[in-house]
Amino acid sequence: MVQNGFPQNVAIAGVYEHPSRFSPNKTEFQIMAESAKGALDDAGLTRNDVDGLFGASMSMGLMGIVDLAEYLDLYPDYLDGTNIGGSSFVAHVSHAAAAINAGLCNVALVLYGSTAASNSMAIGTGGSGGSKNPDVAFSTPYGMTTVGSYAMYAKLHMETFGTTSEQLAEIAVTMRKHAALNPLAKMRTPISIDDVLSSRMISRPLHLLDCCIISDGGGAIVVTSAERARDLRKTPVSILGSSEAVQHQGTGYNDLLTIAAKQSGEVAFGQAGVSREDIDLAMIYDSFTITVLATLENLGFCEPGEGGDFVSNAGIALGSKLPVNPDGGGMSSNHPGMRGIFLVIEAVKQLRNECEARQVSGAEIALAHGTGGTIGDKHSGATLILGIDR
Amino acid sequence: MVVKPDSASFPPPNAQPHASWETRGFWEGAGRGELVLQWCTECSAVQHKPRGLCVDCLSDEGLVHFVASGEGTVHSFTVTEQNQAKGFVDVCPYIMAYIRLAEGPRILSAITECDPDSVAIGSSVRAAFVAQERTDEEAFAVPVFHLC
Ligand SMILES: [Zn+2]
Repeated sequence: MVQNGFPQNVAIAGVYEHPSRFSPNKTEFQIMAESAKGALDDAGLTRNDVDGLFGASMSMGLMGIVDLAEYLDLYPDYLDGTNIGGSSFVAHVSHAAAAINAGLCNVALVLYGSTAASNSMAIGTGGSGGSKNPDVAFSTPYGMTTVGSYAMYAKLHMETFGTTSEQLAEIAVTMRKHAALNPLAKMRTPISIDDVLSSRMISRPLHLLDCCIISDGGGAIVVTSAERARDLRKTPVSILGSSEAVQHQGTGYNDLLTIAAKQSGEVAFGQAGVSREDIDLAMIYDSFTITVLATLENLGFCEPGEGGDFVSNAGIALGSKLPVNPDGGGMSSNHPGMRGIFLVIEAVKQLRNECEARQVSGAEIALAHGTGGTIGDKHSGATLILGIDR
Repeated sequence: MVVKPDSASFPPPNAQPHASWETRGFWEGAGRGELVLQWCTECSAVQHKPRGLCVDCLSDEGLVHFVASGEGTVHSFTVTEQNQAKGFVDVCPYIMAYIRLAEGPRILSAITECDPDSVAIGSSVRAAFVAQERTDEEAFAVPVFHLC
């Protein structure tokens, strides 16, 4: 493997995806703690080894990471409660790598937990009801919703490049096909392009089945030095490249179709010293079908405007040149409000050849890209390129 | 001209803008029926949303408000058919849009008083201003756009 530009002495030693999709009797922190146990067991470490704590959630506010440390009765030397939306956990892995490389901690635990579904949160389709915040006053009166912003992006993409609703639907169909191979996935009944197109319109041109599901869930990742990881239970997964970026409205002139993935992807690929063709699978945040298409284009897997053709005819399905989200993604497996942690967990499991029916055979290099916030409005992006040496 | 809404109009009455001292000029301008933007006399940047200084050159002394033409074109839009938020439940479907203003910046707004099927990217639009019943004393209005 060609590697340059990124410290090569950091690895992911353990991961755990909480199996729950609906947990009305659990709290966010409880799901995080159960996930911590899972990931530490996976690595062959204990809670006493943890000296770096990273986490974010839908309800952790100011000092939330301190609340989390108290819940877990941990006393880490390094704390990072960065919350840049659903991409946070991809960024946490990058931040953990930097901290480990700098000698500030040695075993970093990254956590997420959520009860979005059992709390009946309207994540995508509620919005703009009378906030007193002057910063959001420029969207409050206009009925801005998450799905509405993505819909404006999709509409502009269609107008500019001729992208069709059928092409977007193909992404949802592929995610569902993958979910059927994942015993933990929440939605496993196959769907057709017609099913997507005939589902209820939410915000034109996005239908109900263009949107991710809402579930409960959580997960954990253990990051440590490559040296330490070598002696642990599982084959270490190396961090080859990572970067994060933002995109927003600026002062009113930014190109709406350029998303944060363009900037973070270029840096991460440069660090990893690999090409797009070298990527064996991609874990792409799929809040909406258009999110996947926009991300593939902006990461350079195809030219701007070619995303529709790229995803068509099972172009991102298992068995294709670039399988995307073999776990079924946020559209069909799980989406507990913020999904970034699952992108990393599945990428690691795929590289360790643990995914059975949905395994990408011989996967050696994986990319994970998380999007946080709202494409078409303001958002963050975090890209991680991971590799395994067999 | 500022129009008083009837009960079925957009935006819903509970979705009222609130201003900081940085954004007050925009909302008070709308209350007078004017679309107010900021222009920097030091570097010539026109910026939206409003801020207490020009973020292109970080000058605060050069920044002035001016009344824009209110003309623009539709940059993108969506017809929202489902929004569970209070007030918006009752006004679906509604048209949220990015408008490219003649003066340069893009602004988030809504297109009202038209058939959604008559709106297209590139359509010419003109600002209109909706006064809302308010619970405070502010003389604000909400800029929306109409097809020309
Ligand atoms: Zn200036």
